[in-house]
Amino acid sequence: MTVAPTLAVASLRLDLGHTPILRGVDIDVMPGEVHGLVGESGAGKTMVGKAVLGIAPAGARIRSGSMTFLREDLIAMPERRRRDLLGRQIALIPQDPMTGLNPVLRIDRQMTDPLRLHLGLDRPAAAAKALDLLHQVRIREPERVLRQYPHELSGGMRQRVLIAMAFSCRPQLIVADEPTTALDVTVQRQILRLIKELQETAGTAILFITHDLGVVSKICDRVSVIHSGRILESAGVADLFDFPQHDYTRALMRATPRYDRPGDLLQPVPADLTARLIAEAEALDA
Amino acid sequence: MADRRGALVSAASDARVLFGAAVLLALIVAAAAAPLLAPHDPLEQDLLASFLPPAFQAGADPVFPLGTDSLGRDLLSRLIYGARVALTVALVAASLAALLGTALGLIAGYFGGWVDAVISRLVDVWMAFPPVLLSIVLVAIIGAGLHSVIIAIVIIDWTRFCRVVRAEVLVQREQDYVASAVTIGLGRWRILWHEILPNLLPLLLVLITLEMGIAIIVEAILSFVGLSVSSDQATWGGLIQEGRLYIHQAWWIMVLPMACIIVSVLGLNALGDGLRRTLDPVMRR
Repeated sequence: MTVAPTLAVASLRLDLGHTPILRGVDIDVMPGEVHGLVGESGAGKTMVGKAVLGIAPAGARIRSGSMTFLREDLIAMPERRRRDLLGRQIALIPQDPMTGLNPVLRIDRQMTDPLRLHLGLDRPAAAAKALDLLHQVRIREPERVLRQYPHELSGGMRQRVLIAMAFSCRPQLIVADEPTTALDVTVQRQILRLIKELQETAGTAILFITHDLGVVSKICDRVSVIHSGRILESAGVADLFDFPQHDYTRALMRATPRYDRPGDLLQPVPADLTARLIAEAEALDA
Repeated sequence: MADRRGALVSAASDARVLFGAAVLLALIVAAAAAPLLAPHDPLEQDLLASFLPPAFQAGADPVFPLGTDSLGRDLLSRLIYGARVALTVALVAASLAALLGTALGLIAGYFGGWVDAVISRLVDVWMAFPPVLLSIVLVAIIGAGLHSVIIAIVIIDWTRFCRVVRAEVLVQREQDYVASAVTIGLGRWRILWHEILPNLLPLLLVLITLEMGIAIIVEAILSFVGLSVSSDQATWGGLIQEGRLYIHQAWWIMVLPMACIIVSVLGLNALGDGLRRTLDPVMRR
């Protein structure tokens, strides 16, 4: 393999205040690949996404490691260059469709802003493009939706709008931070299918952050399992489900309902395993 | 658009909003149409008709519906002209204080760090001064007059806006839509101006209404101590000060302007309070 990864995160260590959050994270997202990042809450998965996008909260400090986007250093990148990349080459699908859109601005304004900024479209061209994008994410009555405010739309519709926005400038990389977690299960499946379809058409690489192995099995090509700020295991999706290497991965699977084996009882991740993982992780801080 | 109309309808059906809006409207009409509404020239003296009581008391002259003062000037006309000063000060001072306080609050809240530290400490120190004394000292330094009163109120009360706006920006800054705006590649000023500020408008509307009430009181205080506009212009505070001397002979000279101030401030406070309740749940969903 000589293809360069779209996103390469290597030995990334990040502290929030004096608390270590990431303890040497390695992830390679290859072009056109959906790379799942799975972990329970507090594992640091969202922080990886925020670090990549440069929106880590105040007090976060990168101690060591590297992040490169198409061989370009994301950490040392000047602010102007980052702003130019964001939205155009790298985009975000946020977790919560309720707050991901500005509550007091109409949809058309929020969709056309990045189009005008990055693609240099004039107002009518951007509006036409926005309409076209809403068609692509299969929103009914897109002309009306464009004139509406976010709270007039359902959660599923808002998430479609956010997906349309993320794909609007044909980015190379999308960070999807639990994009279906806030939606109910039927809408979740439609949204996953939509993301997969757009991703395949555009050949976009996606870093797909989730806590749900069920979602991973539907959409991801590769998976990294994260716990206490460490990547425990990284594998192709079929290998991971058939031959999980790490104890934690196996425990996580026993804790996830599987529709192909409905009789199995779910088991929580054993406390002693969690304790062992935390102890191992903290040993790295010294 | 339907929801905005809905918000206005629900705002209009709130009793406090209705009362407050009626008071504000009455003030605006009185101030704008003072020469048409006032039955007399507010400065016209009639020494033979001094200390006439309001029309509902014995010995009243129907030419002077609310009675006259020590120099026989028509009280109703003086109250109507006094509304001009009160409303001018309320509108201009509240708007300018909002402008200054909001600008600094936005910057402090959004940029944080040392900028926030400097502005916040400045607000802390500022608020340690007793406001009425500070305004009297300020006007004494820059000289009496309408401009000075407005400047004094702005200089003292910008901190109210600054504190509240800063706190609200801290909340809004953490919302996902701001992160979305950053990841779209928008610049910081653009996010502050076009994304965050529109979310603060309902809050600002409420604050400005409340500040107008405060400004009316401060203007009355400064008139009362003789530091507002020149004494040949009728002001509510000036009338109170004048009426204080004759309170045993002619209670109406002091009580009626006090009633004007109380009703105006009550109305503006009710309006602000009502707007806060009706606008919040709609705009912050």
